[in-house]
Amino acid sequence: MTSSASRAVPTPQPASLKGGRTGRGLLVILAAIAAASLFIALLFGTLPISVAQVFDSVFFPIPGVVQDVVWRLRLPRAFAAFACGGLLATAGVLLQVLLRNPLADPYILGVSGGAALGALGALLFGAGLAFTNLAALVGALSAIAIVFALSFRAGDWNLHRLLLTGVVLSAGFSALISLLLVLAPQGQLKGMLFWLMGDLSHAGASGMAWLLLALVLLVFTLCAGSLNALALGALKARALGVAVSGLQAALYFCAALATVAAVLLGGSIGFVGLMVPHALRLVGVNDHRWLLPASALAGGSFVVLADTFARTAWAPQQLPVGVFTALLGVPVLLFLLSRKP
Amino acid sequence: MLHAERLTIAVGARTLCRELDLAVAPGELWAVLGCNGSGKTTLLHALAGLAPAVAGRVTVAGKLLADYSRRELGRALGILLQREDQEFWGTLRDYVMLGRYPHARSLFGWNATDEEAAARALAAFDLEPLAAQSYGTLSGGERQRARLAQLSAQNPRLLLLDEPLQHLDLRHQLKTLEWVRAAVRGADRAALLVLHDLTFAGRCDRVLMLYGDGRFAAGAAAEMLQPERLDNLYGCRVRAFGSGPDAHFIPVI
Repeated sequence: MTSSASRAVPTPQPASLKGGRTGRGLLVILAAIAAASLFIALLFGTLPISVAQVFDSVFFPIPGVVQDVVWRLRLPRAFAAFACGGLLATAGVLLQVLLRNPLADPYILGVSGGAALGALGALLFGAGLAFTNLAALVGALSAIAIVFALSFRAGDWNLHRLLLTGVVLSAGFSALISLLLVLAPQGQLKGMLFWLMGDLSHAGASGMAWLLLALVLLVFTLCAGSLNALALGALKARALGVAVSGLQAALYFCAALATVAAVLLGGSIGFVGLMVPHALRLVGVNDHRWLLPASALAGGSFVVLADTFARTAWAPQQLPVGVFTALLGVPVLLFLLSRKP
Repeated sequence: MLHAERLTIAVGARTLCRELDLAVAPGELWAVLGCNGSGKTTLLHALAGLAPAVAGRVTVAGKLLADYSRRELGRALGILLQREDQEFWGTLRDYVMLGRYPHARSLFGWNATDEEAAARALAAFDLEPLAAQSYGTLSGGERQRARLAQLSAQNPRLLLLDEPLQHLDLRHQLKTLEWVRAAVRGADRAALLVLHDLTFAGRCDRVLMLYGDGRFAAGAAAEMLQPERLDNLYGCRVRAFGSGPDAHFIPVI
């Protein structure tokens, strides 16, 4: 009896469950941070509003100035900021898997350059917000199509060619953008610079962006196993049974569309797509099952906080949020990088 | 089990193997021998559908390679790559679990069958004590065992192993060979091993020799592993000690 009992093999603790516990815990923390960041965005601004007033206007709206400011101004902007950050961070994760390059960020493939060229061209001709956005969309979609057409070969997609095509096209776009800035009359220059640096003050309704974020997150979190395999290299992933060509094309187009949606909302907000995924990897989140939702939450909260800072720090002067994503992000990432032994 | 018909493979302008006809029967263990650059790896990649062949067709278990979905092929056929350049972020167990990818039923993670297969695979290669260690901290030989364990967890019916014994100590070379032997036991299983160790090749059932210029030769191991054939294949003199499955081979210095 005792011998059979002692021979009983102890059931090994499954690794995925252990990893799952830390992943789930982190997601709960990040969700709390996300909620807090949205609350802070509602709380701060030119019009002083107390914590109680924010709660009241969110849950028991009574018509008035406070309610208008919260519902019409701060809430849409906070939600737009969150969608923007979430999309950029998600696109960053996807592109870092696709290109297997730690420097990959949402703008590396020329999407933002194309969008900026379209938008600035429209601004130069004095177009309104709707037409500027349309021009940005056309520019971004053209960039996506050009890069894909020039680099894609069915069966064997050379990702170095993809990366270089994107980088070269971006360089071309930035030259044209510089040209537009030089040609632009003084009065339009500031609006153009804000667009280039990333600015949420003209952000419109973010419903579509949220929908896209939810879809992309859902699809790729469910396919996290194939992303984990692809991170080992295309050949290895195929040996493990991943349909690599289809996955790579899906990654490219979803990352590009996420970037377009973010850029249309807030211009080229920098640094989020590069920094957020790396920061999460540095604290130990590598499994894409957790990395994708964690990046979306962290990226969203980060841009909401940066934008709140951007519109309150020098109030009533509003600063472009892109400046603060970099100013806040650089020290955080440098700290995390130096912390690792 | 595995059939190649008039298979021609090339790298760049070099035709490495011309109109190869290969029939691997169930239960057979094949050794693929040849000099460096003679096309052994390219042949394995072509058989696994990882690289296109110039001409010819490959069938696995009676079904054309092109008719398989990648995932389905991952259950039928597994390949041990000679090199893996990419670092892996997780623990050794995470790495071995990835071998279960083609079997995963659920999108939300691994089930008990997957966990058991991975645990068995870890045990088969003496990796249990290292299972919780980060993959990046493993030595070359330990990584090789991890790759073998991942393939063992994948549990394909046809094994294509590119230099399975590289980096392994003597004991684990033996263990690996025993594992392959056990893995091909069964009506629908077989394995092809790229080897440089002729003594181990002598333990295989059949041998395929690639000369690197389009020519090839195949036959029973005992017939193929004759000194004059080996001299011809490797371009150096090889002496055999003993005979049959106990034969040992040494180059004449």
